[in-house]
Amino acid sequence: MDLFLDYLWAFLVGGALCAIGQVLIDLTKLTPARILTSYVVAGVVLGALGWYDPIIEVAGGGATVPLTGFGNLLAKGVRRAVDENGLLGAFMGGFTSAAVGVSAAIFFGLIASLFFKSGTKINEK
Amino acid sequence: MNISNQEYGRIVKRVSPPSSMTKTIPMAFVVGGAICVLGEALLNMYGAIGFSQDNAGAMTSLTLIFLSALLTGLKLYDRIAQHAGAGTLVPITGFANSVVSPALEFKSEGYVLGLGAKMFIIAGPVLVYGISASIIYGVIYYIQTLL
Amino acid sequence: MSVCEGKTFRYSNASIISYGSVAGSVESEGPFGDEFDEIIKDNKGSAQTWEQAEALFQQKALKHAMDKANLVPEKMDLVFAGDLLNQCIGSSCGLKDYYIPFFGIFGACSTFAEGLILAGAMVNAGYVDNAAAVTSSHYSSAERQFRFPLNYGGVRTPTAQWTATAAGAAIISASQKPPFIKAATVGKIEDMGITDANNMGAAMSGAAYDTISRHLKHMSSHPEDYDAIITGDLGEVGSNMLYELFKRDGISIEQHHKDCGLMIYDREKQDVHAGGSGCGCSASMMCGHFLKHVENGDLKRILYVATGALMSPTIVQQGESIPGVAHAVEITYK
Repeated sequence: MDLFLDYLWAFLVGGALCAIGQVLIDLTKLTPARILTSYVVAGVVLGALGWYDPIIEVAGGGATVPLTGFGNLLAKGVRRAVDENGLLGAFMGGFTSAAVGVSAAIFFGLIASLFFKSGTKINEK
Repeated sequence: MNISNQEYGRIVKRVSPPSSMTKTIPMAFVVGGAICVLGEALLNMYGAIGFSQDNAGAMTSLTLIFLSALLTGLKLYDRIAQHAGAGTLVPITGFANSVVSPALEFKSEGYVLGLGAKMFIIAGPVLVYGISASIIYGVIYYIQTLL
Repeated sequence: MSVCEGKTFRYSNASIISYGSVAGSVESEGPFGDEFDEIIKDNKGSAQTWEQAEALFQQKALKHAMDKANLVPEKMDLVFAGDLLNQCIGSSCGLKDYYIPFFGIFGACSTFAEGLILAGAMVNAGYVDNAAAVTSSHYSSAERQFRFPLNYGGVRTPTAQWTATAAGAAIISASQKPPFIKAATVGKIEDMGITDANNMGAAMSGAAYDTISRHLKHMSSHPEDYDAIITGDLGEVGSNMLYELFKRDGISIEQHHKDCGLMIYDREKQDVHAGGSGCGCSASMMCGHFLKHVENGDLKRILYVATGALMSPTIVQQGESIPGVAHAVEITYK
């Protein structure tokens, strides 16, 4: 039952974060790239204020998988690095905590482009 | 023209169809929620086989990014996104798609100046502003620790 | 302020003796799919890149037009061609093997009408015997140049239009065979202050309104004198906008108006939002559908008004508005 609740919260919180993005797309002139950027920056701010970890407590993947979670990860990494290395840490923590995500995207992107070509969308409703 | 641009803009607004938000928002919610549930399941799985909490999180990102790269290569990610909107944009898989799709697209201009240079044509700003925000926070946090 | 009226050209000796069209997969599934001369199902044919694919479309469209008129490239005196790609490379790469004297032209989606007007004028003036107008657009090459990578899951807004993967070519000569180019009005650049690159219909309808109004005035004609007033690719928003603009003058053109952008796809079944666009859209619809019906007399008098949004990704990013232009060509059976 607990496990079911975990998944339910992940679904609800993750879904809600995506729905907010959709509202921004539909109602404002924000392009997808701007939305990605704002989500990450919002995640950094929420993480810095310490407001994001409680959301992760409840929602787990529902809060870590959206890009706000990526932003929160950056904030967390910076905090840890500053604790260990002082001011220099401000320039270390972000990339350290983003390392896996960014490296994976770069490497899998390169691998994918060895095997696949871009192609036209199939146009169906 | 016998019409001012202001007046013209008003009529354009009236005749332009709005987004069908009753359809787009639930779709974004459901697909985005489903990707997060998959993330949660991966998180639990990696936790169960002995990864620390942080590393389980990293493994989850890695797996989701791999899946997104695969689906992008198979031309399925954009097909799902056509219906899911922000549901496929906001999760980390959307970030991966925004890196992998230019890599595929600009390969035709060469591996260095095409694929290599243009890979972050969409995701670049995410890193620029994400990392910069984290540095600003780091400096503020450092000053706080001094006080 | 005095406003330049421009002149409506009258042609006495220019006939569209032949025309050819080529379309891609999405277009082949549209309502006019079986009217095009050739369908390239994978949108690429033998090409390696999308740019080369677009060039191939243009090459084939002109080939079909020449074949139907039993013409060979050596008999062609002049070709006006254009597309949406930077430096119009779709045209220069596509037509290079024909060695026909070449003018590259750009008018965004209005280019096909521009080509017809110029080719017609050169023939009518007696400078050349056979002149061609060719244009193309390709969804995949346009997306990567103007918007996003093909497999990026970015969301399109409902006012966005779908760039047609198609090409059309028409050969103009002095002949007694319909369809005839009777008159033409060259459009002025009209900037309506639209800054949204996803609402090009709105950016173009002001220009369409201006050109159609001037053409009707100079010809002393009315919308009901035409079997059809065919706009290039205003799409849903642009077409509605055109009706609104004419309504202010007390003119109703809805019953006589057709829009290639709204016709080329089945908008119920195909996810193309506000309709088709691109200089291949109206070129293929004219060469695949409308000219046939003027040739056999089903349509006696049409006004083809190709509309172009003179958009550059650079100025849109700089926040500038998108100027529009529309050229009108009157094509008749007699």
